[in-house]
Amino acid sequence: MTAPGSLLVEVRDLVKHYPGERSWFGLGAPRAPVRAVDGVSFTIASGRTLGLVGESGSGKTTVGRTMLRLQEPTSGKVLFEGNDVFGLDAARLRALRRKMQIVFQDPYSSLNPRMTVEETLREPLEIHRLNGAVSALLDEVGLDAAFAKRYPHELSGGQRQRVGIARALSVEPRFIVCDEPVSALDVSVQAQVLNLLADLQAKRRLTYLFIAHDLAVVRHIADDVAVMYLGKIVEHAPAAEIYAQPRHPYTTALLSAVPEPNPRASKQRIVLTGDMPSPAHPPPGCPFHPRCPHPKKSERCRTEPPPLRPITSGHLAACHYAAEPM
Amino acid sequence: MSVLLRVRDLKTYFVTEHGKGTARAVDEVSFDLYPGETLGIVGESGCGKTVTSLSILRLVPEPPGHILPGSLVEFDGRNLLALSAPELRAVRGNQIAMIFQEPMTSLNPVFTVGDQIAEAAIIHQHLSRRAARARAIEMLRLVGIPDPDERVDHYPHQLSGGMRQRVMIAMALICHPKVLIADEPTTALDVTIQAQILELLDRLQQELGMAVLLITHDLGVVAGHADRVVVMYAGRVVETATTEALFEHPTHPYTEGLLAAVPRIDARRARLQAIPGQVPAATAWPPGCRFHPRCPYAWDKCVAQEPPLLETGEGNAAGHTARCWLVTEPERRAPKR
Repeated sequence: MTAPGSLLVEVRDLVKHYPGERSWFGLGAPRAPVRAVDGVSFTIASGRTLGLVGESGSGKTTVGRTMLRLQEPTSGKVLFEGNDVFGLDAARLRALRRKMQIVFQDPYSSLNPRMTVEETLREPLEIHRLNGAVSALLDEVGLDAAFAKRYPHELSGGQRQRVGIARALSVEPRFIVCDEPVSALDVSVQAQVLNLLADLQAKRRLTYLFIAHDLAVVRHIADDVAVMYLGKIVEHAPAAEIYAQPRHPYTTALLSAVPEPNPRASKQRIVLTGDMPSPAHPPPGCPFHPRCPHPKKSERCRTEPPPLRPITSGHLAACHYAAEPM
Repeated sequence: MSVLLRVRDLKTYFVTEHGKGTARAVDEVSFDLYPGETLGIVGESGCGKTVTSLSILRLVPEPPGHILPGSLVEFDGRNLLALSAPELRAVRGNQIAMIFQEPMTSLNPVFTVGDQIAEAAIIHQHLSRRAARARAIEMLRLVGIPDPDERVDHYPHQLSGGMRQRVMIAMALICHPKVLIADEPTTALDVTIQAQILELLDRLQQELGMAVLLITHDLGVVAGHADRVVVMYAGRVVETATTEALFEHPTHPYTEGLLAAVPRIDARRARLQAIPGQVPAATAWPPGCRFHPRCPYAWDKCVAQEPPLLETGEGNAAGHTARCWLVTEPERRAPKR
C-alpha cells in the first residue's frame, strides 16, 4: 500500500508520434508524423486527482491511453508505484492492469451490446480470478440489482456510465483514468456521475487522472490541473491557483471563453483568433504564438520554445512572459 | 412590438416502431418570437427542443413524425403548417433560415462551399451564377473567413470545424432572413471556437437585425446570449422568463435543479446538487406534472393534476411564467433537499 500523498504515478517525457500517411494512395513520400504527445511529464500523488484539460487535438486522450499501454509510446517512461509500465512483459502488464483502469467517454460504444450488465462486470473478475459480487458492485455505483440482467440498449446514458465505472472498479484498481466520463451526459445526470466519482474516490482512496475539455467540471473535481496545447503541457498548478491566477495566455483565454450561467457576469472575454494548428505541423518556437493575445508577444516567442518552468512554488507555465500574466 | 413568429399549441408526435405507442415529443408548446430578439430554448436531451425547431419549418420526417391539427406556427400572418410545399420553400432558407449542430454532416461533401452558399441566392433571389458567387464571397468575408476569394472554391473537408460552422452561417444568412433558428450551433465545437462563433452570431444579429431562436442545453450560452428564455421538460414548456429573471428567480423546480447541477467555474469545489432519476420516456410521460417523480417538493396535487403555465408575479418580471403549483402555494417550497 502506498501511503496517501506519496507518489503513485509518474510520467516522464512521454512522446507519442503517429507516422504520417503516404500521399498518392500510399505510393508517395510519407507526410510529416502527427506529434500527438510531445514530451509530457507530470506526477500524481496517491489519492489525488489531476485534471488534464485541453481542446480536441491537444493530445490529452492519447496521454491517458498511452499511460495504460493501450497504445505503445514512441518514447518516455511511465512509472506506477515505481514499476516501469513500458518495460513489463505481457504477464506482468496484465497483473498491473488490475491496478490501473479506465472509464471511457462514450457509454454507448464502450459496452458490448450483446452482453448483459452482469456478464460485462463478471468478465474482468474472471480474467483476474477474483471473487467479487456483481450485486455489490452495482450497489456501489447506485444501480439496483435488477440491472444485472439488462442489456446496454435498455439503459440510459447515465446508467451506462455507471456500469462503465462499476467495470473499472470490479478489479479493485488504485488508479483510474477517467477519459471525459461525463461529456456525453446531460447536466442533471452529469452531476450524479461526478458526485459518484467523488464518493468512490473518498471511500476507496482512488487516484484519478481526469481528462476533460470542460474547465468547470475539472474545477469541481481536480486537486491539480494541467493544461495541454498541441501535445505539450503549457501550464500545471493546483486547481485553486490556476483558476484564480492563470499564468499562460492560453489558459487565460480558455477560462475566459467558458460561458457562465450568470447573465450579470460581464467579464472581459478574450476571443482567440484562428484554429489550433495541425499537430503534424506545429509552429516553431512557442506552439501557441500564432494565436497568442499576450501584449508582450515578441520575436523570441516565434523562435525559442518556452520550457515548462516553475513561476511560483508548484505553479509551472511554459511562457516566456509567465511572470507578467495577462 | 408585434410578434414575428407565433407558436401556439404545437404538438409533434412520433409513432414508434414495434407498437410501443406514440412518443409525444412536443406537446402543446407555445411561445412568441419578437423582431430582433434572441429567444433561448433550453432543456436536456429528449425535452423536445430540437423537434420544436424542426417543426417550425416542417422538417420533421413524416412518417414517423406527425404535427397534429390545431398546432399553429404563424409567421408574417400565415400559418406555416398550412402552406403548400412551394409556398413553404419560399420561406425556408429565405425568410427563416436554420443552422444545425453538426457542420460536417449538414454540408454536402461533393460541392464547394461557394456553390452551397450561393444556392439559396440563386433560388430565392434569382441571382445569376456570377452574381451569386460574388455574394458568397461577400458572405464568407462577413462571417470572418480569411482569404474568402480562395476559400469559396474549397470543399467542406478542407475546413476546420469552426470554419465549417462559419460556412453554415454564411449559407443561412445570404438571403438576410428575419428569423435564424440556431440548433445547438456550438455544441460540437471546442470552447475557444465556441466563443468565436457566438461572438460572430451576436455581431451579425446586430448588423442584420434578425431574430434568433437559440436552441441549447447549455445554460451558460443562454445566460450570455439570450434576451428571454423558454425552459422545456418532457415535451412541455415549464418556465418562461427574461434571462435575468430566470437566473435570479428560477421558479420551476426543474429550472432550479438544473442551475444547481451545473459545475461553476467561478465557484469553489462543493458537492453538486444532482436531480435524482432521469427523464421519463416520451411514450409514457408521468400523469399530473411531468416532473413530479423527480421533484423535491411534489405533493398529491402534483400527481393528480398538471399545472398550467402560471404567472409568477416575481418582482416586475412581466411574462415570467412557470408550470408549477408552487406558484399558488409558495409556502410549500420548504427546504426539503
